[in-house]
Amino acid sequence: MTENPYQPSLATIEKIKVEVTGERAIKTFRLVMQDKKIQEEFSFVCGQCVMISKLGKGESMFAISSSPTEKDYLEVSVMKHGKNTSALHETEEGDTVGVRGPYGNHFDVEGWKNKNIVFVGGGIGMAPLRSVVNYTLADKNRDQYGNLDIIYGARTSNDLCFKDEFAELQKREDVNVHLSIDVVEEGWEEFVGFVPSNLLRVKPPSKNTIAITCGPPIMIKFVIQNLLELGFKDEQIYTTLEMRMKCGIGICGRCNIGNLYVCKDGPVFSNAQLKNLEGDL
Amino acid sequence: MESLVISKENFPEIINTIIKSYRLFAPTEENGFSGFNIIKDYSEMDLSYLNSRMPPKAILFNQTETLFLMKPGAKGSIKPKEIRNEKTAIFAIRPCDAKGFRILDPVFLGNYVDPLYKANRDNSVLIGLSCNQPDSSCFCTSFGDSPASGKYVDILFTDIEEKYLVEVMTEKGKGFVNDFSRFFSPASPNQIEAKNAKEEEAIKLIKRNLKVEGIEEKMDKMFDHPIWEEYAKKCIGCGTCTYLCPTCHCFDMQDESTLDKGARVRTWDACMFPEYTMHASGHNPRPARMHRVRNRFYHKYSYYPKNSGVIACTGCGRCIRYCPVNIDIIELMNRVSEMEL
Repeated sequence: MTENPYQPSLATIEKIKVEVTGERAIKTFRLVMQDKKIQEEFSFVCGQCVMISKLGKGESMFAISSSPTEKDYLEVSVMKHGKNTSALHETEEGDTVGVRGPYGNHFDVEGWKNKNIVFVGGGIGMAPLRSVVNYTLADKNRDQYGNLDIIYGARTSNDLCFKDEFAELQKREDVNVHLSIDVVEEGWEEFVGFVPSNLLRVKPPSKNTIAITCGPPIMIKFVIQNLLELGFKDEQIYTTLEMRMKCGIGICGRCNIGNLYVCKDGPVFSNAQLKNLEGDL
Repeated sequence: MESLVISKENFPEIINTIIKSYRLFAPTEENGFSGFNIIKDYSEMDLSYLNSRMPPKAILFNQTETLFLMKPGAKGSIKPKEIRNEKTAIFAIRPCDAKGFRILDPVFLGNYVDPLYKANRDNSVLIGLSCNQPDSSCFCTSFGDSPASGKYVDILFTDIEEKYLVEVMTEKGKGFVNDFSRFFSPASPNQIEAKNAKEEEAIKLIKRNLKVEGIEEKMDKMFDHPIWEEYAKKCIGCGTCTYLCPTCHCFDMQDESTLDKGARVRTWDACMFPEYTMHASGHNPRPARMHRVRNRFYHKYSYYPKNSGVIACTGCGRCIRYCPVNIDIIELMNRVSEMEL
């Protein structure tokens, strides 16, 4: 029988972690394929995406937020927004969901060895970057990369994703974390202001450095502008894009920017590519 | 290529014989329009048609179809879709619509194979019928094709008055003709000549030409040109052009479920609708009609050729014939072609 690329595999939600509460709630779901063989064969690279579905409620594309070095599971961090994501937020550990993928291109983590990496994230945009953070920080990989700087912000301290993980990272010597929130809050001791401004304040040196950014479109725009100001070249700047998707495999037609489909030709693009891309972003 | 003939007296009998072993789609009259439907008897067929309103792409790529079944809920499960392999023949498909499948093949049979389209494609014999009377909206010749082209079908019928000339174009077509060999006899040189004469006459009836030469390169420089806004002002965003296009292939996927059973269903979708690209966040990369109109023409004449090496338009003329506000793709693309930048 021909394989049906639209049909997901079943996975069990092994763990649900509440990242953000309230109106813009975010949860991280740890998923394990129910078929052991499928789990063993499921391999991905940082930056790739998966289609996750609460059966009966639809399907949506998410960046894998866990590192490929964790082979027993995959994680996605989901903001509650539409029908499927709201249904996912109502699930409990042990529930079943559908998983298809991995899809799309990826961050060139192999090619970035011996380089410094600056991560610039905003809100839920930290999810795909977390995969690279945890990959480069993994014991067997850490000494293959230079300085690691994480510049991450959200609207409020509640809206920051992965708070506990950042608290742990801040104790480490081999990675620098620069957090920010958009408006003043009592008890907040780190930077107050937008992510692009925090980037200019931190001023990461561009020499031998790769910058990867993900967040709201407006943030990405100013982050790229500021990175260029800091001396980064287009080839040193990478982002991962979002689009509405249905099939995830370049057939259903909707996620194109020009002649490229974000689901299969992206989601990762360098600024050198983006500059030459004429299309609706 | 083998050329045969079948007499018109024998024609009803062959159709009724094919029906016994094939699911036979043929043009029928429905609500004042022509449409491809499964026929159970020769008499249901109506060959007094220019072309069907809905292209026969709907036979291989159904407008709505189930992708798999499921049990929804916390402990949900999936039941694979049974792929049906039904011997199918599509009779009297026009060369332009048959070309549509050739354009759709790289989409559905590329790196990921769509099992539903593939099963339908593999199980279908395309039996073309040459257009002897193209109309004022036809422009297949703009792409180097002909209203009597056998290039994209397995077998091509051409009405040469007292008989049909039958050209066998593929191995699949040969197998089909062999199964019904008693109805056919070899064509004489005169009969082959009669077909060529019909083809020449038909080509002469096509008065309009879309100037495709260099159009992709031209469009590379016209993304921000005001012409797209000009046409978008006329467009009402109904999506008719996309639904009736033999090469449009966009679809939506939705879950339909009750408490204990459900299905993931795909349905044709259209880039003319604002919801088509709307993110969950509310951001829309193509918020204005201009963006959507521009994307449609770019997809046909720039993006698709860049990706698959062929213009995603067959010149069938449906989008011109059925557009409620008379947007004319030939007129628009010729303005693009002739634009001095």
